[in-house]
Amino acid sequence: MCRLSAITAKDYFSPVENILTLETMKEGHDGSGMGLILKDLGGEFESLKDKPVLSGICSDAGLAALNRYMDAAGFTLVHTWTPKIKPVRGITARDNYFARVYDYPKGINDLSLDKKEALLLKTRLTLRKMGESDESIIVFSFYPDVVTLKEVGDPLELCEFFGLDDSTLKAKIIFAQGRQNTNYAINLYACHPFFIQGFGSMTNGENTAFVPIREFLASRGFPGYIGYNSDSEVFTHILHYAARGLNYPLHYYKDIITPLKPTEIDKRPDKAFVGHLKKSLRPLCIDGPNCVIGFAPDGTCFMVQDSKKLRPGVVGGKKGKISLVSEECGLNRAVPDRDANKDIFPMRYDMVIVSPGAEEVKVWNQLQGWTTTMN
Amino acid sequence: MEPVARLDNNHELTLKEFPFLIKWRDDRCKRCGRCTAVCPMFSITPAVIAKRVVSSSGATPTPHVERQVVTVIKQSTNIGNYCTGCATCSLVCPNEAIEPEYNPNNKFLIHKNAAGGAYTRGGRRNDPLVSTLDRLKFTRISMLTDPALDAGRHEFRIRTYLGRILPAEELPVKFVNGSGEMDASGGKFIPPVREIYPVMIGSMSVGALSPTMWEGLAMGITYLNEVEGMPVVMCSGEGGMPLRLLKSRFVKYFIPQIASGYFGWDEIIRAIPHMVEDPCAIEIKYGQGAKPGDGGLLMAHKVLKLISEIRGVPQGVDLPSPPTHQTKYSIEEAVAKMIQSMSMAWGFRVPVYPKISGTRTAKAVLNNLVRNPFAAGLSIDGEDGGTGAAYNVSMDKMGHPIASNLRDCYLDLVKQGKQNELPLIAAGGVGKKGNLAANAAALIMLGASAVSIGKYIMQAAAGCLGDENNRCNVCNIGRCPRGITTQDPKLYRRLDVDKVAMRVVEVYKALDTELKKIFAPLGRSTELPIGMSDAISADDPAIAERLNISYVC
Ligand code: SF4
Ligand code: SF4
Repeated sequence: MCRLSAITAKDYFSPVENILTLETMKEGHDGSGMGLILKDLGGEFESLKDKPVLSGICSDAGLAALNRYMDAAGFTLVHTWTPKIKPVRGITARDNYFARVYDYPKGINDLSLDKKEALLLKTRLTLRKMGESDESIIVFSFYPDVVTLKEVGDPLELCEFFGLDDSTLKAKIIFAQGRQNTNYAINLYACHPFFIQGFGSMTNGENTAFVPIREFLASRGFPGYIGYNSDSEVFTHILHYAARGLNYPLHYYKDIITPLKPTEIDKRPDKAFVGHLKKSLRPLCIDGPNCVIGFAPDGTCFMVQDSKKLRPGVVGGKKGKISLVSEECGLNRAVPDRDANKDIFPMRYDMVIVSPGAEEVKVWNQLQGWTTTMN
Repeated sequence: MEPVARLDNNHELTLKEFPFLIKWRDDRCKRCGRCTAVCPMFSITPAVIAKRVVSSSGATPTPHVERQVVTVIKQSTNIGNYCTGCATCSLVCPNEAIEPEYNPNNKFLIHKNAAGGAYTRGGRRNDPLVSTLDRLKFTRISMLTDPALDAGRHEFRIRTYLGRILPAEELPVKFVNGSGEMDASGGKFIPPVREIYPVMIGSMSVGALSPTMWEGLAMGITYLNEVEGMPVVMCSGEGGMPLRLLKSRFVKYFIPQIASGYFGWDEIIRAIPHMVEDPCAIEIKYGQGAKPGDGGLLMAHKVLKLISEIRGVPQGVDLPSPPTHQTKYSIEEAVAKMIQSMSMAWGFRVPVYPKISGTRTAKAVLNNLVRNPFAAGLSIDGEDGGTGAAYNVSMDKMGHPIASNLRDCYLDLVKQGKQNELPLIAAGGVGKKGNLAANAAALIMLGASAVSIGKYIMQAAAGCLGDENNRCNVCNIGRCPRGITTQDPKLYRRLDVDKVAMRVVEVYKALDTELKKIFAPLGRSTELPIGMSDAISADDPAIAERLNISYVC
C-alpha cells in the first residue's frame, strides 16, 4: 500500500518536509518510486507564477527533440530549474531532469485561461507521445505554478539524489507519494500524484472498478483522459471531469465516487439532482479500497475514502499548516505541534476539505452536510 | 405362395429411427394403464399379443408350454406419435416399470417431414453443447492488495437501471449556494428510468403459457417486490395482460409487450385511463432469439375463453403474429414513431425499448436507437432463447449467440461514450446448464445492464421437462404434460399456482446469494460490475479474442 503525504500551508516550505513524513511511514512503501507535485511555487519560481512550467525527464536526444518542438510551437524558454544530481547507489540517473518555465507563444497571452490550458494540454500530450516508445521524453505536467518530480527509488535516497535538501525549491502545497508497487510494471507515468489542468490527486489502494471507469473517461472525448498506466490516475480525471467538465462544486466528487443508496438520497435537500447524478455518472462509482487526497486549481485540498473498505487516511494540523497523510505517524512528523485531538479520520460518508492557505478545515458528510472543524 | 401380409414391412420405420425408446418392464407392470393415459403424444398404447409361455411347476418341475394372450405396452412407430422422452409415463407409473431412453443414433429429423409438413415444435435450440457463457469464469479474485468483500456481511446493491439515462452534460442542473437543483425552466425532457433487479423474467405470453403458469410467475415477482424488497420485473409477452392486473397497483412490476400481432393492445389501451400505476416499461418485440424471422402462432385450440378476452379476439381461431411488423418500413421513421407513440400513450413516463433477436445487424439497430432520445434501451435475444412454437429449422439453425452480439454492441457504445446511456438487456440461454448466476454475471461483465430469463424459470419454477436433446419440446401442441404451455384445464390444473410462485421466490433468493458470491471476491458491491471485463476470462483463446477478454488455461 502506498504512503501519502500532502501538506498545505500559508507559507512556503520545502518538499523535504513531505519526504521526511514519508520516511516515518516507511514500512508501507517499497522504494519503487516517489512522486512530488509542488503547487503555488516559491523560491526562484515565485516571480514567474503566470508562466507555464514543463516538468519532465529527457534523454539528451529527447531534450533536443523537445527543444525543436517547443521552438516550432512558439514557446520561449525563460527559466530552467534542474536538480543537482548526486549519485546515489541504486538510482540510475537519467540524462536530464527539469522544470522549465516558458513564455506563451505570441498572441496566446491575451487568450482566456481555458484556451491557454487547452494549448498546454495539447503540447504536453504531443511531447508525451513523441517520447513514449523509447522513453526519451517523459513529461508530467505543463501548467503555471506547478512542478512535478518523479523517479524510481526510495524517497529519502531520491531526496538526496535530487539534492532537495539544499535546493531552493519551495511551495505552499506539496503532494508526495511513496510508491508500493503492486500489479503494474514500474513506469514513471504510473507514479502518483497525477495532474491535469490544475487538478491533482494521489491514492493508496487498488481500484476494483478500474476498467469501466477508464472506458467511461476515455470515451468522454477529452484529449487529456489518456494514460492510465496506474489504476489510480482515473481519480484525478474524475475530479477534473466533475469540477471542470461538469462545473460541479467540489464536494459532489464524493457523491460521484461513492454514491448513496436511493433511500439515503431521499433525505438530502438536493435529492433530485443527486438522484440524477447517481444514474448519469454510474460508471464512475468506485468500490475501493481507496483513500484519495487531491487538490483543486484554487489550492483547496481534500481527502476522501471509498464507502466500504477504507484505506488509512488522516487530516490534522494547525491554522496555516495542515497535513493530509495516510498514517498518523506521518502527521506527527509533518505538524508535531498541532492539537492531535482535532485530527480527522474521514469515514465512508466524509470528505475533508481544507481551504487554500490552510485557513479552514470543513467536513462534508453526504448525509449530514457541512461541519467546520477549524477556522 | 405369397403370404397375405408381406413380411418385410418395408415402409414402416423401425423404433431405432426414433429419438427415445421406451423401456417397459413386463415383470413390474401391473397393467394399470396410467402411462398410456397420460402420454401427450399417444406414443404408447396398450396392446395384446399372443405369446408362447414356458413354465415349470410341481415337485419335479416339468416344462409346460402354453400359448397365452397377454397385454403389453407398445411404442408407436408412427412418426406423428414419436416419444418425446418427456418421462411423464415414468412419473405416473406406480412400479417404475416404464421409462424413455435417449437414442443417440436416431434419424428423427430425416423422417419428421411426413405429409410435406416442415417440423414445428416448441422449446429451444437442440444443441446440448456447452455455451460460450459457460466457458467464462471469474478470474479477478481480490485478496491481499484489494480486500475481497464478504458476501454474507457486506451490503450489496444488486440493482440496475431500465431506461435511457441522460449524460451528465445534458442534465438541466443549476447550483444555488453550492447545492445542485434540477432546473425545469428550459423544458428539457428527462427520460423515465426505473431501478430494477438486473435479472428479469423475459417475455412469455398469457396464451403461450397456461393461466396457472403465468399467474404463478406474476404472483412470484409481486411477492419478491412487496415482501422481499427485490424489484424483479417481468415482461408480459405478446397477448396482453389480465385486466384486473392492468388496473391494479401491481402493474408497475410488469412490462407489457407489443408485437407484430398487436394482440391484447385494444384492451391495454382501453385500460390506461383506469390504471393507478404506470407499468414498469413497454417492450416492442421485433424479433425473438429462438426463432429469428419466424412469427408467432397461437393455435386455435389454445384460444379459449380467457385468452380470447385478454387478446380481444374470437375463440377457437389460429392467432398468427407476422414475422415482422407490417407497418414498419424503416427504423429511422416507423420504429422511431412506434417508440414515440408508446411513450406518448403514458405521457412519456414509461420507458419504451425494442427487443430484437441476436443478429449481425444488431449494431445498426443500436446506433439508430442511440440517436433516438425516446428509446429506453435495447434487448437482444440470443439464439439459445426459448419459444412456444416455431419451425425446427428456425430454432436450430437461425440466430446469433448472445455473448459476442452483446459484447460488440457494448464496445460500440463505449466507443461513442454512450455505454451508460442506453442500457443493453441480454437474453437467450442464460442458465442453459443451470448456472444462472454465473451466466448472468458474465453477461453483465461483458456489458449488459440487465439479463432476461425464460426457459430457466420454466424449468425451475414449474419443472418444464424440455432439454437440448429435444426432450419434450412440444409446447406448441397444447398438450404440455406439466400444464405449463397449455390452455386445457385438465392439464393446467396439474400445475399448482402457489408452488410456481414459491419457486420463483426461491430461485431469486438463491440467485441473489450466488450473485453476491461472485461479486464479493471481485470486490464489487456498490454498483453492478457492468463492463468489468477484466474480471472474466475464457478457457478458449478464440472466445477470449472475440470477446476482448483474457484467456486462461
Ligand atoms: S416418455 Fe412421454 S412421450 Fe414418451 S411414452 Fe412416456 S409419456 Fe409418452
Ligand atoms: S414440459 Fe411443457 S413447456 Fe416444457 S418442454 Fe414440455 S411441453 Fe414445453
